[in-house]
Amino acid sequence: MSVSKYSEGRPYAKIASQAFALACGLCTLLSVSVLVLLLWNIFGFGWSSLSWDFVTSWPSRFAAKSGIWSALIGSLYLIGVTALFSVPIGVGAAIYLEEYAPPSRWRSLVQINIANLAGVPSIVYGILGLGLFVRMMHLNRGVLAGGLTLTLVVLPIIILSSQEALRAVPSTIRQASYALGATRWQTIWHQLLPISLPGILTGVILSLSRALGEAAPLVVIGAATFVRFTPKNLITDDYTALPVQIFNWTEQPQVAFHEIAAAGIIVLLTVLIAMNALAVILRQRFSKKVRW
Amino acid sequence: MSEAISPRVPLRVAPRALPRVPTGQDHEDLTKHGIKVTAADVNFFYSEHQALYGINLAVPKNCVTALIGPSGCGKSTFLRCLNRMNDMIDGTLLRGKILLDGEDIYQRGTDVVELRKRVGMVFQKSNPFPKTIYENVAYGPRVAGVKKSVILEEIVEKCLQQAALWDEVQSRLNDSALQLSGGQQQRLCIARALATDPEVLLMDEPASALDPKSTAAIEDLIFELKDTYTIVIVTHNMQQAARVSDQTAFFYEGHLIEVGRTTDMFTHPREKRTEDYITGRFG
Repeated sequence: MSVSKYSEGRPYAKIASQAFALACGLCTLLSVSVLVLLLWNIFGFGWSSLSWDFVTSWPSRFAAKSGIWSALIGSLYLIGVTALFSVPIGVGAAIYLEEYAPPSRWRSLVQINIANLAGVPSIVYGILGLGLFVRMMHLNRGVLAGGLTLTLVVLPIIILSSQEALRAVPSTIRQASYALGATRWQTIWHQLLPISLPGILTGVILSLSRALGEAAPLVVIGAATFVRFTPKNLITDDYTALPVQIFNWTEQPQVAFHEIAAAGIIVLLTVLIAMNALAVILRQRFSKKVRW
Repeated sequence: MSEAISPRVPLRVAPRALPRVPTGQDHEDLTKHGIKVTAADVNFFYSEHQALYGINLAVPKNCVTALIGPSGCGKSTFLRCLNRMNDMIDGTLLRGKILLDGEDIYQRGTDVVELRKRVGMVFQKSNPFPKTIYENVAYGPRVAGVKKSVILEEIVEKCLQQAALWDEVQSRLNDSALQLSGGQQQRLCIARALATDPEVLLMDEPASALDPKSTAAIEDLIFELKDTYTIVIVTHNMQQAARVSDQTAFFYEGHLIEVGRTTDMFTHPREKRTEDYITGRFG
Protein backbone atom coordinates (compact mmCIF):
# COMPACT_ATOMS: atom_id res chain seq x y z
CA MET A 1 0.00 0.00 0.00
CA SER A 2 1.33 3.39 -0.86
CA VAL A 3 1.68 5.90 1.91
CA SER A 4 1.10 9.59 1.31
CA LYS A 5 4.05 11.87 1.60
CA TYR A 6 3.21 13.37 4.96
CA SER A 7 1.91 10.24 6.69
CA GLU A 8 5.34 9.41 8.05
CA GLY A 9 5.00 12.26 10.52
CA ARG A 10 2.17 10.55 12.41
CA PRO A 11 3.04 6.88 12.77
CA TYR A 12 0.71 6.32 15.76
CA ALA A 13 -2.31 8.22 14.45
CA LYS A 14 -4.24 5.12 13.51
CA ILE A 15 -3.54 3.34 16.77
CA ALA A 16 -4.36 6.49 18.76
CA SER A 17 -7.66 6.79 16.95
CA GLN A 18 -8.60 3.20 17.72
CA ALA A 19 -7.48 3.55 21.33
CA PHE A 20 -9.68 6.61 21.75
CA ALA A 21 -12.69 4.78 20.32
CA LEU A 22 -12.01 1.90 22.71
CA ALA A 23 -11.73 4.25 25.69
CA CYS A 24 -15.05 5.91 24.83
CA GLY A 25 -16.65 2.49 24.44
CA LEU A 26 -15.38 1.45 27.85
CA CYS A 27 -16.86 4.62 29.42
CA THR A 28 -20.24 3.74 27.95
CA LEU A 29 -19.94 0.15 29.14
CA LEU A 30 -19.03 1.29 32.63
CA SER A 31 -22.02 3.60 33.03
CA VAL A 32 -24.43 1.09 31.57
CA SER A 33 -23.15 -1.72 33.77
CA VAL A 34 -23.49 0.42 36.91
CA LEU A 35 -27.10 1.07 35.95
CA VAL A 36 -27.75 -2.60 35.22
CA LEU A 37 -26.14 -3.61 38.52
CA LEU A 38 -28.29 -1.12 40.41
CA LEU A 39 -31.50 -2.29 38.77
CA TRP A 40 -30.53 -5.93 39.27
CA ASN A 41 -29.92 -5.31 42.93
CA ILE A 42 -33.17 -3.46 43.49
CA PHE A 43 -35.35 -5.81 41.52
CA GLY A 44 -33.75 -8.81 43.20
CA PHE A 45 -34.35 -7.31 46.62
CA GLY A 46 -37.79 -5.82 46.16
CA TRP A 47 -39.50 -7.96 43.54
CA SER A 48 -40.89 -10.46 46.05
CA SER A 49 -42.61 -7.69 48.05
CA LEU A 50 -44.16 -6.14 45.00
CA SER A 51 -47.83 -6.90 44.47
CA TRP A 52 -51.00 -5.07 43.63
CA ASP A 53 -51.83 -5.13 47.33
CA PHE A 54 -48.55 -3.35 48.04
CA VAL A 55 -49.44 -0.61 45.59
CA THR A 56 -52.97 -0.08 46.93
CA SER A 57 -52.41 -0.41 50.70
CA TRP A 58 -51.77 2.22 53.34
CA PRO A 59 -48.48 2.17 55.20
CA SER A 60 -48.42 0.12 58.40
CA ARG A 61 -46.26 -0.60 61.42
CA PHE A 62 -45.78 -4.06 59.96
CA ALA A 63 -43.71 -4.31 56.83
CA ALA A 64 -45.76 -7.18 55.46
CA LYS A 65 -48.98 -5.15 55.61
CA SER A 66 -47.42 -1.91 54.39
CA GLY A 67 -48.32 -0.38 51.08
CA ILE A 68 -47.41 2.68 49.07
CA TRP A 69 -50.80 4.02 48.00
CA SER A 70 -50.74 7.29 49.95
CA ALA A 71 -47.18 8.03 48.78
CA LEU A 72 -48.02 7.26 45.16
CA ILE A 73 -51.08 9.49 45.17
CA GLY A 74 -49.18 12.19 47.09
CA SER A 75 -46.41 12.13 44.47
CA LEU A 76 -48.89 12.37 41.60
CA TYR A 77 -50.60 15.35 43.28
CA LEU A 78 -47.20 16.99 43.82
CA ILE A 79 -46.17 16.52 40.21
CA GLY A 80 -49.52 17.89 39.08
CA VAL A 81 -49.16 21.03 41.18
CA THR A 82 -45.51 21.43 40.16
CA ALA A 83 -46.33 21.09 36.46
CA LEU A 84 -49.26 23.48 36.79
CA PHE A 85 -47.01 26.24 38.11
CA SER A 86 -43.60 25.50 36.64
CA VAL A 87 -44.51 24.88 32.99
CA PRO A 88 -46.40 28.12 32.22
CA ILE A 89 -44.07 30.26 34.31
CA GLY A 90 -40.92 28.58 33.00
CA VAL A 91 -41.90 28.62 29.33
CA GLY A 92 -43.23 32.16 29.68
CA ALA A 93 -39.97 33.36 31.19
CA ALA A 94 -38.00 31.61 28.45
CA ILE A 95 -40.11 33.27 25.75
CA TYR A 96 -39.64 36.66 27.37
CA LEU A 97 -35.89 36.27 27.69
CA GLU A 98 -35.41 34.92 24.16
CA GLU A 99 -37.96 36.87 22.13
CA TYR A 100 -38.82 40.08 23.95
CA ALA A 101 -36.07 41.25 26.28
CA PRO A 102 -33.59 43.47 24.46
CA PRO A 103 -29.99 42.64 25.23
CA SER A 104 -28.98 44.61 28.29
CA ARG A 105 -26.94 44.26 31.41
CA TRP A 106 -30.13 43.47 33.24
CA ARG A 107 -30.91 40.54 30.96
CA SER A 108 -27.40 39.11 31.30
CA LEU A 109 -27.72 39.42 35.06
CA VAL A 110 -31.03 37.54 35.08
CA GLN A 111 -29.57 34.95 32.72
CA ILE A 112 -26.55 34.28 34.88
CA ASN A 113 -28.71 34.03 37.97
CA ILE A 114 -31.04 31.50 36.41
CA ALA A 115 -28.08 29.39 35.37
CA ASN A 116 -26.73 29.58 38.91
CA LEU A 117 -30.10 28.77 40.46
CA ALA A 118 -30.24 25.59 38.38
CA GLY A 119 -27.19 24.41 40.29
CA VAL A 120 -28.42 25.24 43.79
CA PRO A 121 -28.91 22.10 45.95
CA SER A 122 -32.58 21.30 46.33
CA ILE A 123 -32.44 21.31 50.13
CA VAL A 124 -31.79 25.05 49.95
CA TYR A 125 -35.09 25.45 48.09
CA GLY A 126 -36.66 23.37 50.84
CA ILE A 127 -35.53 25.95 53.39
CA LEU A 128 -36.84 28.76 51.17
CA GLY A 129 -40.14 26.94 50.75
CA LEU A 130 -40.43 26.46 54.49
CA GLY A 131 -39.92 30.16 55.10
CA LEU A 132 -41.90 31.49 52.16
CA PHE A 133 -44.80 29.13 51.57
CA VAL A 134 -45.27 27.35 54.89
CA ARG A 135 -44.61 30.21 57.31
CA MET A 136 -45.12 33.51 55.45
CA MET A 137 -47.98 32.47 53.18
CA HIS A 138 -49.48 30.09 55.75
CA LEU A 139 -49.90 27.30 53.26
CA ASN A 140 -49.29 24.79 56.07
CA ARG A 141 -47.58 21.58 55.19
CA GLY A 142 -49.90 20.51 52.44
CA VAL A 143 -49.45 19.44 48.84
CA LEU A 144 -49.65 23.01 47.62
CA ALA A 145 -46.64 24.15 49.64
CA GLY A 146 -44.74 21.04 48.52
CA GLY A 147 -45.63 21.55 44.87
CA LEU A 148 -44.65 25.20 44.98
CA THR A 149 -41.33 24.32 46.58
CA LEU A 150 -40.65 21.74 43.87
CA THR A 151 -41.63 24.42 41.34
CA LEU A 152 -38.76 26.52 42.68
CA VAL A 153 -36.42 23.55 42.29
CA VAL A 154 -37.28 22.83 38.64
CA LEU A 155 -38.11 26.32 37.35
CA PRO A 156 -34.52 27.24 36.40
CA ILE A 157 -34.09 23.97 34.52
CA ILE A 158 -37.35 24.46 32.61
CA ILE A 159 -36.41 28.03 31.72
CA LEU A 160 -32.95 27.08 30.50
CA SER A 161 -34.08 24.11 28.44
CA SER A 162 -36.98 26.05 26.90
CA GLN A 163 -34.62 28.89 26.02
CA GLU A 164 -32.32 26.36 24.40
CA ALA A 165 -35.22 24.96 22.38
CA LEU A 166 -36.35 28.41 21.24
CA ARG A 167 -32.81 29.40 20.31
CA ALA A 168 -32.55 26.31 18.12
CA VAL A 169 -35.30 27.60 15.82
CA PRO A 170 -33.49 29.02 12.76
CA SER A 171 -33.62 32.81 12.63
CA THR A 172 -34.73 32.54 9.00
CA ILE A 173 -38.09 31.28 10.28
CA ARG A 174 -38.51 34.36 12.45
CA GLN A 175 -37.51 36.64 9.58
CA ALA A 176 -39.91 34.95 7.17
CA SER A 177 -42.74 35.27 9.63
CA TYR A 178 -42.10 38.92 10.48
CA ALA A 179 -41.64 39.76 6.81
CA LEU A 180 -45.16 38.45 6.17
CA GLY A 181 -46.60 40.94 8.61
CA ALA A 182 -46.96 38.59 11.55
CA THR A 183 -46.87 40.11 15.01
CA ARG A 184 -44.45 38.91 17.62
CA TRP A 185 -47.18 36.94 19.32
CA GLN A 186 -48.29 35.31 16.05
CA THR A 187 -44.70 34.40 15.24
CA ILE A 188 -44.23 32.86 18.67
CA TRP A 189 -47.54 31.02 18.66
CA HIS A 190 -47.65 29.76 15.07
CA GLN A 191 -43.98 29.20 14.33
CA LEU A 192 -41.61 29.20 17.27
CA LEU A 193 -43.61 27.20 19.81
CA PRO A 194 -44.66 24.38 17.46
CA ILE A 195 -41.10 24.02 16.23
CA SER A 196 -39.52 24.16 19.67
CA LEU A 197 -42.20 22.12 21.44
CA PRO A 198 -40.37 18.77 21.32
CA GLY A 199 -37.35 20.42 22.92
CA ILE A 200 -39.45 22.19 25.53
CA LEU A 201 -41.32 18.98 26.34
CA THR A 202 -38.08 17.09 26.82
CA GLY A 203 -36.90 19.72 29.28
CA VAL A 204 -40.21 19.71 31.11
CA ILE A 205 -40.28 15.93 31.48
CA LEU A 206 -36.68 15.78 32.68
CA SER A 207 -37.45 18.50 35.22
CA LEU A 208 -40.62 16.85 36.46
CA SER A 209 -38.77 13.55 36.70
CA ARG A 210 -36.30 15.27 38.93
CA ALA A 211 -39.11 16.76 41.00
CA LEU A 212 -40.63 13.30 41.36
CA GLY A 213 -37.41 11.96 42.82
CA GLU A 214 -36.75 14.81 45.26
CA ALA A 215 -36.97 13.91 48.94
CA ALA A 216 -34.78 16.50 50.65
CA PRO A 217 -36.85 19.68 50.14
CA LEU A 218 -40.05 17.82 51.05
CA VAL A 219 -38.52 16.55 54.28
CA VAL A 220 -37.44 20.10 55.13
CA ILE A 221 -40.89 21.62 54.58
CA GLY A 222 -42.41 18.79 56.57
CA ALA A 223 -43.99 16.16 54.39
CA ALA A 224 -45.26 13.47 56.70
CA THR A 225 -43.92 9.95 56.51
CA PHE A 226 -46.83 7.99 57.86
CA VAL A 227 -50.10 8.92 56.19
CA ARG A 228 -53.08 6.60 56.01
CA PHE A 229 -55.27 8.71 53.77
CA THR A 230 -55.01 10.58 50.49
CA PRO A 231 -55.12 14.38 50.78
CA LYS A 232 -58.54 15.90 50.12
CA ASN A 233 -57.51 19.44 50.88
CA LEU A 234 -54.33 20.58 49.14
CA ILE A 235 -53.46 23.06 51.88
CA THR A 236 -54.42 21.58 55.22
CA ASP A 237 -54.12 17.82 54.73
CA ASP A 238 -50.91 15.95 55.39
CA TYR A 239 -49.40 14.01 52.54
CA THR A 240 -46.39 11.95 51.75
CA ALA A 241 -44.44 11.26 48.57
CA LEU A 242 -42.69 8.24 47.10
CA PRO A 243 -39.10 9.28 47.82
CA VAL A 244 -40.01 10.41 51.34
CA GLN A 245 -41.74 7.11 52.04
CA ILE A 246 -38.83 5.13 50.59
CA PHE A 247 -36.37 7.15 52.64
CA ASN A 248 -38.40 6.48 55.76
CA TRP A 249 -38.48 2.73 55.18
CA THR A 250 -34.75 2.50 54.57
CA GLU A 251 -34.26 4.17 57.98
CA GLN A 252 -36.00 1.29 59.74
CA PRO A 253 -33.79 -1.39 61.27
CA GLN A 254 -35.83 -4.38 60.02
CA VAL A 255 -34.74 -5.96 56.73
CA ALA A 256 -38.41 -6.45 55.79
CA PHE A 257 -38.76 -2.67 55.52
CA HIS A 258 -35.68 -2.48 53.30
CA GLU A 259 -37.36 -4.95 51.01
CA ILE A 260 -40.52 -2.90 50.67
CA ALA A 261 -38.30 0.19 50.17
CA ALA A 262 -36.84 -1.59 47.14
CA ALA A 263 -40.38 -2.39 45.98
CA GLY A 264 -41.20 1.31 46.42
CA ILE A 265 -38.24 2.21 44.22
CA ILE A 266 -39.62 -0.08 41.52
CA VAL A 267 -42.95 1.76 41.73
CA LEU A 268 -41.12 5.12 41.50
CA LEU A 269 -39.18 3.93 38.45
CA THR A 270 -42.40 2.74 36.83
CA VAL A 271 -44.00 6.16 37.30
CA LEU A 272 -40.89 7.79 35.79
CA ILE A 273 -40.98 5.50 32.77
CA ALA A 274 -44.70 6.17 32.34
CA MET A 275 -44.03 9.92 32.40
CA ASN A 276 -41.32 9.59 29.77
CA ALA A 277 -43.59 7.46 27.61
CA LEU A 278 -46.25 10.14 27.89
CA ALA A 279 -43.67 12.68 26.75
CA VAL A 280 -42.82 10.61 23.70
CA ILE A 281 -46.50 10.30 22.79
CA LEU A 282 -47.13 14.01 23.29
CA ARG A 283 -44.07 14.91 21.27
CA GLN A 284 -45.19 12.77 18.37
CA ARG A 285 -48.69 14.20 18.46
CA PHE A 286 -47.48 17.78 18.47
CA SER A 287 -44.72 17.31 15.94
CA LYS A 288 -47.28 16.11 13.39
CA LYS A 289 -48.09 19.75 12.87
CA VAL A 290 -44.48 20.55 12.06
CA ARG A 291 -43.27 19.04 8.80
CA TRP A 292 -39.52 19.22 8.55
CA MET B 1 -44.30 48.47 -18.73
CA SER B 2 -41.90 49.93 -21.17
CA GLU B 3 -41.82 48.46 -24.66
CA ALA B 4 -38.27 49.61 -25.23
CA ILE B 5 -36.88 46.99 -22.88
CA SER B 6 -36.96 43.36 -23.79
CA PRO B 7 -36.87 40.83 -20.95
CA ARG B 8 -33.59 39.35 -21.97
CA VAL B 9 -31.18 42.07 -22.97
CA PRO B 10 -27.80 40.43 -23.53
CA LEU B 11 -25.08 42.23 -21.67
CA ARG B 12 -23.29 44.94 -23.61
CA VAL B 13 -25.06 44.11 -26.85
CA ALA B 14 -28.01 46.32 -26.21
CA PRO B 15 -27.03 49.37 -28.30
CA ARG B 16 -27.60 47.62 -31.59
CA ALA B 17 -30.55 45.56 -30.51
CA LEU B 18 -32.50 48.42 -29.01
CA PRO B 19 -33.23 51.91 -30.19
CA ARG B 20 -31.64 54.38 -27.83
CA VAL B 21 -34.05 56.80 -26.30
CA PRO B 22 -32.72 60.17 -25.17
CA THR B 23 -32.13 60.35 -21.43
CA GLY B 24 -34.65 63.04 -20.69
CA GLN B 25 -37.48 60.93 -22.02
CA ASP B 26 -36.24 57.85 -20.24
CA HIS B 27 -37.07 59.20 -16.88
CA GLU B 28 -40.60 59.99 -17.85
CA ASP B 29 -40.97 56.55 -19.25
CA LEU B 30 -39.88 54.83 -16.07
CA THR B 31 -42.09 56.89 -13.86
CA LYS B 32 -45.23 56.85 -15.96
CA HIS B 33 -47.00 54.95 -13.17
CA GLY B 34 -45.57 57.26 -10.55
CA ILE B 35 -43.04 56.78 -7.77
CA LYS B 36 -43.74 54.10 -5.19
CA VAL B 37 -40.85 54.37 -2.77
CA THR B 38 -38.51 57.28 -2.21
CA ALA B 39 -35.39 57.20 -0.09
CA ALA B 40 -34.37 60.68 1.01
CA ASP B 41 -30.90 61.15 2.47
CA VAL B 42 -30.86 57.74 4.15
CA ASN B 43 -27.97 57.07 6.52
CA PHE B 44 -27.85 53.73 8.23
CA PHE B 45 -25.79 52.55 11.18
CA TYR B 46 -25.02 49.16 12.71
CA SER B 47 -24.09 50.42 16.18
CA GLU B 48 -20.92 52.43 15.47
CA HIS B 49 -20.47 51.34 11.90
CA GLN B 50 -22.13 53.41 9.21
CA ALA B 51 -23.39 51.19 6.40
CA LEU B 52 -25.22 53.69 4.18
CA TYR B 53 -24.33 57.29 3.40
CA GLY B 54 -26.94 59.75 2.22
CA ILE B 55 -28.85 57.48 -0.15
CA ASN B 56 -31.36 59.23 -2.44
CA LEU B 57 -33.29 56.88 -4.64
CA ALA B 58 -36.72 56.84 -6.26
CA VAL B 59 -38.30 53.47 -6.97
CA PRO B 60 -40.78 53.79 -9.85
CA LYS B 61 -44.07 52.01 -9.59
CA ASN B 62 -44.65 48.77 -11.55
CA CYS B 63 -40.99 48.62 -12.46
CA VAL B 64 -38.15 46.37 -11.43
CA THR B 65 -35.33 48.20 -9.71
CA ALA B 66 -32.08 46.24 -9.39
CA LEU B 67 -29.56 47.04 -6.66
CA ILE B 68 -26.07 45.96 -7.66
CA GLY B 69 -22.63 46.31 -6.18
CA PRO B 70 -19.84 44.27 -4.59
CA SER B 71 -20.38 42.33 -1.36
CA GLY B 72 -20.71 44.54 1.69
CA CYS B 73 -21.62 47.63 -0.33
CA GLY B 74 -24.88 48.10 1.55
CA LYS B 75 -27.39 47.03 -1.08
CA SER B 76 -28.98 44.35 1.09
CA THR B 77 -28.97 46.69 4.05
CA PHE B 78 -30.78 49.26 1.96
CA LEU B 79 -33.30 46.67 0.80
CA ARG B 80 -34.02 45.66 4.36
CA CYS B 81 -34.58 49.30 5.29
CA LEU B 82 -37.55 49.36 2.95
CA ASN B 83 -39.65 47.02 5.11
CA ARG B 84 -37.85 47.79 8.33
CA MET B 85 -36.46 44.28 8.70
CA ASN B 86 -33.33 45.90 10.11
CA ASP B 87 -35.38 46.77 13.17
CA MET B 88 -34.90 43.17 14.21
CA ILE B 89 -31.17 43.69 14.54
CA ASP B 90 -30.24 45.28 17.85
CA GLY B 91 -28.39 48.56 17.79
CA THR B 92 -29.30 49.68 14.28
CA LEU B 93 -30.28 53.23 13.48
CA LEU B 94 -31.63 54.94 10.40
CA ARG B 95 -31.44 58.67 9.74
CA GLY B 96 -33.30 60.16 6.85
CA LYS B 97 -36.64 59.33 5.32
CA ILE B 98 -38.09 56.47 3.37
CA LEU B 99 -41.41 57.35 1.81
CA LEU B 100 -43.92 54.75 0.75
CA ASP B 101 -46.60 56.47 -1.31
CA GLY B 102 -45.37 59.74 0.15
CA GLU B 103 -45.57 58.64 3.77
CA ASP B 104 -42.48 58.25 5.91
CA ILE B 105 -42.33 54.64 7.12
CA TYR B 106 -39.84 55.59 9.83
CA GLN B 107 -41.98 58.25 11.45
CA ARG B 108 -43.27 57.68 14.94
CA GLY B 109 -46.40 55.60 15.17
CA THR B 110 -45.80 53.64 11.98
CA ASP B 111 -47.36 50.20 12.28
CA VAL B 112 -44.47 47.97 11.24
CA VAL B 113 -46.70 44.91 11.03
CA GLU B 114 -48.98 46.72 8.60
CA LEU B 115 -45.98 48.01 6.64
CA ARG B 116 -44.64 44.50 6.12
CA LYS B 117 -47.98 43.41 4.73
CA ARG B 118 -47.63 46.12 2.11
CA VAL B 119 -43.94 45.51 1.47
CA GLY B 120 -43.29 41.79 1.05
CA MET B 121 -39.90 40.15 1.02
CA VAL B 122 -38.21 37.12 -0.52
CA PHE B 123 -34.93 36.09 1.06
CA GLN B 124 -31.67 34.92 -0.45
CA LYS B 125 -31.95 31.47 1.01
CA SER B 126 -35.39 29.95 0.62
CA ASN B 127 -36.89 29.69 4.08
CA PRO B 128 -40.21 27.86 3.97
CA PHE B 129 -41.86 27.12 7.30
CA PRO B 130 -41.74 23.48 8.38
CA LYS B 131 -45.41 23.15 7.51
CA THR B 132 -47.38 21.99 4.52
CA ILE B 133 -47.17 23.77 1.17
CA TYR B 134 -50.71 25.01 1.72
CA GLU B 135 -50.00 26.33 5.20
CA ASN B 136 -46.92 28.17 3.98
CA VAL B 137 -48.89 30.21 1.48
CA ALA B 138 -51.91 30.61 3.74
CA TYR B 139 -49.82 31.92 6.64
CA GLY B 140 -49.73 35.56 5.54
CA PRO B 141 -53.49 35.92 5.03
CA ARG B 142 -54.10 33.90 8.19
CA VAL B 143 -52.10 36.22 10.42
CA ALA B 144 -53.83 39.11 8.70
CA GLY B 145 -57.13 37.71 9.91
CA VAL B 146 -58.52 35.67 7.00
CA LYS B 147 -60.29 32.68 8.54
CA LYS B 148 -62.62 31.28 5.90
CA SER B 149 -61.06 28.28 4.23
CA VAL B 150 -62.84 29.03 0.93
CA ILE B 151 -61.05 32.36 0.67
CA LEU B 152 -57.76 30.90 1.84
CA GLU B 153 -57.93 28.14 -0.75
CA GLU B 154 -58.58 30.71 -3.41
CA ILE B 155 -55.61 32.82 -2.34
CA VAL B 156 -53.32 29.79 -2.16
CA GLU B 157 -54.23 28.67 -5.66
CA LYS B 158 -53.92 32.15 -7.12
CA CYS B 159 -50.54 32.83 -5.56
CA LEU B 160 -49.11 29.44 -6.44
CA GLN B 161 -50.22 30.05 -10.00
CA GLN B 162 -48.65 33.50 -10.01
CA ALA B 163 -45.43 31.94 -8.77
CA ALA B 164 -45.64 29.31 -11.54
CA LEU B 165 -45.71 26.51 -9.01
CA TRP B 166 -49.36 25.43 -9.04
CA ASP B 167 -49.01 22.76 -11.71
CA GLU B 168 -46.16 21.10 -9.86
CA VAL B 169 -47.72 21.05 -6.41
CA GLN B 170 -51.49 21.11 -6.78
CA SER B 171 -51.78 17.39 -6.08
CA ARG B 172 -49.69 17.55 -2.92
CA LEU B 173 -50.60 20.74 -1.13
CA ASN B 174 -50.56 18.89 2.18
CA ASP B 175 -47.02 17.63 1.84
CA SER B 176 -44.21 19.28 3.74
CA ALA B 177 -42.81 22.31 1.97
CA LEU B 178 -39.33 21.06 2.76
CA GLN B 179 -39.75 18.14 0.38
CA LEU B 180 -39.72 20.53 -2.56
CA SER B 181 -36.55 21.14 -4.55
CA GLY B 182 -34.51 24.29 -3.96
CA GLY B 183 -36.00 26.12 -6.93
CA GLN B 184 -39.52 25.09 -5.99
CA GLN B 185 -38.96 26.20 -2.40
CA GLN B 186 -37.89 29.62 -3.56
CA ARG B 187 -40.94 29.95 -5.80
CA LEU B 188 -43.03 28.84 -2.83
CA CYS B 189 -41.48 31.66 -0.81
CA ILE B 190 -42.43 34.06 -3.60
CA ALA B 191 -46.00 32.70 -3.59
CA ARG B 192 -46.05 33.08 0.19
CA ALA B 193 -44.91 36.70 -0.10
CA LEU B 194 -47.57 37.39 -2.74
CA ALA B 195 -50.31 35.96 -0.54
CA THR B 196 -50.39 39.03 1.68
CA ASP B 197 -51.18 41.01 -1.47
CA PRO B 198 -48.24 43.40 -1.08
CA GLU B 199 -47.69 46.53 -3.11
CA VAL B 200 -43.92 46.27 -3.15
CA LEU B 201 -41.89 43.07 -3.37
CA LEU B 202 -38.33 43.07 -2.09
CA MET B 203 -36.06 40.29 -3.31
CA ASP B 204 -32.66 39.70 -1.76
CA GLU B 205 -30.67 37.71 -4.33
CA PRO B 206 -33.61 35.38 -4.85
CA ALA B 207 -31.84 33.17 -7.38
CA SER B 208 -28.30 33.12 -6.04
CA ALA B 209 -28.59 29.60 -4.64
CA LEU B 210 -30.40 28.14 -7.63
CA ASP B 211 -29.43 26.28 -10.76
CA PRO B 212 -29.73 28.06 -14.15
CA LYS B 213 -33.11 26.53 -14.98
CA SER B 214 -34.72 27.58 -11.72
CA THR B 215 -33.06 30.97 -12.07
CA ALA B 216 -34.64 31.43 -15.48
CA ALA B 217 -38.02 30.45 -14.04
CA ILE B 218 -37.66 33.05 -11.28
CA GLU B 219 -36.56 35.73 -13.73
CA ASP B 220 -39.54 35.08 -15.99
CA LEU B 221 -41.68 35.29 -12.89
CA ILE B 222 -40.23 38.66 -11.89
CA PHE B 223 -40.97 39.94 -15.34
CA GLU B 224 -44.58 38.80 -15.08
CA LEU B 225 -45.03 40.17 -11.59
CA LYS B 226 -44.05 43.75 -12.29
CA ASP B 227 -47.38 44.40 -13.94
CA THR B 228 -48.94 44.06 -10.52
CA TYR B 229 -46.16 44.86 -8.09
CA THR B 230 -43.28 47.23 -7.66
CA ILE B 231 -40.16 45.11 -7.36
CA VAL B 232 -36.77 45.88 -5.84
CA ILE B 233 -34.21 43.16 -6.33
CA VAL B 234 -30.68 42.78 -5.03
CA THR B 235 -28.48 40.75 -7.30
CA HIS B 236 -24.84 39.83 -7.74
CA ASN B 237 -25.46 38.70 -11.24
CA MET B 238 -24.96 41.47 -13.81
CA GLN B 239 -26.72 39.58 -16.57
CA GLN B 240 -29.65 39.07 -14.29
CA ALA B 241 -29.85 42.76 -13.47
CA ALA B 242 -29.67 43.55 -17.17
CA ARG B 243 -32.33 41.00 -18.03
CA VAL B 244 -34.98 41.68 -15.45
CA SER B 245 -34.70 45.27 -14.33
CA ASP B 246 -35.89 48.60 -15.67
CA GLN B 247 -33.82 50.70 -13.34
CA THR B 248 -30.45 49.87 -11.85
CA ALA B 249 -28.76 51.39 -8.84
CA PHE B 250 -25.07 50.80 -8.24
CA PHE B 251 -23.91 50.81 -4.62
CA TYR B 252 -20.30 51.01 -3.56
CA GLU B 253 -18.99 51.15 0.01
CA GLY B 254 -22.29 52.41 1.35
CA HIS B 255 -22.73 55.11 -1.27
CA LEU B 256 -25.15 55.13 -4.16
CA ILE B 257 -22.78 55.77 -7.03
CA GLU B 258 -25.13 55.79 -9.94
CA VAL B 259 -28.75 55.15 -10.71
CA GLY B 260 -30.44 55.08 -14.05
CA ARG B 261 -32.32 53.20 -16.64
CA THR B 262 -30.90 49.70 -16.91
CA THR B 263 -30.30 49.91 -20.65
CA ASP B 264 -28.36 53.15 -20.23
CA MET B 265 -26.45 51.95 -17.27
CA PHE B 266 -25.23 48.81 -18.99
CA THR B 267 -24.38 50.54 -22.23
CA HIS B 268 -23.28 54.02 -21.21
CA PRO B 269 -22.48 54.12 -17.51
CA ARG B 270 -21.71 57.67 -16.45
CA GLU B 271 -19.31 56.71 -13.70
CA LYS B 272 -15.99 54.98 -14.19
CA ARG B 273 -16.56 52.77 -11.14
CA THR B 274 -19.90 51.59 -12.47
CA GLU B 275 -18.33 50.64 -15.74
CA ASP B 276 -15.50 48.82 -14.01
CA TYR B 277 -17.95 46.89 -11.90
CA ILE B 278 -20.42 45.85 -14.55
CA THR B 279 -17.68 44.83 -16.91
CA GLY B 280 -16.24 42.66 -14.16
CA ARG B 281 -13.04 44.58 -13.61
CA PHE B 282 -13.59 44.45 -9.84
CA GLY B 283 -16.11 43.20 -7.33
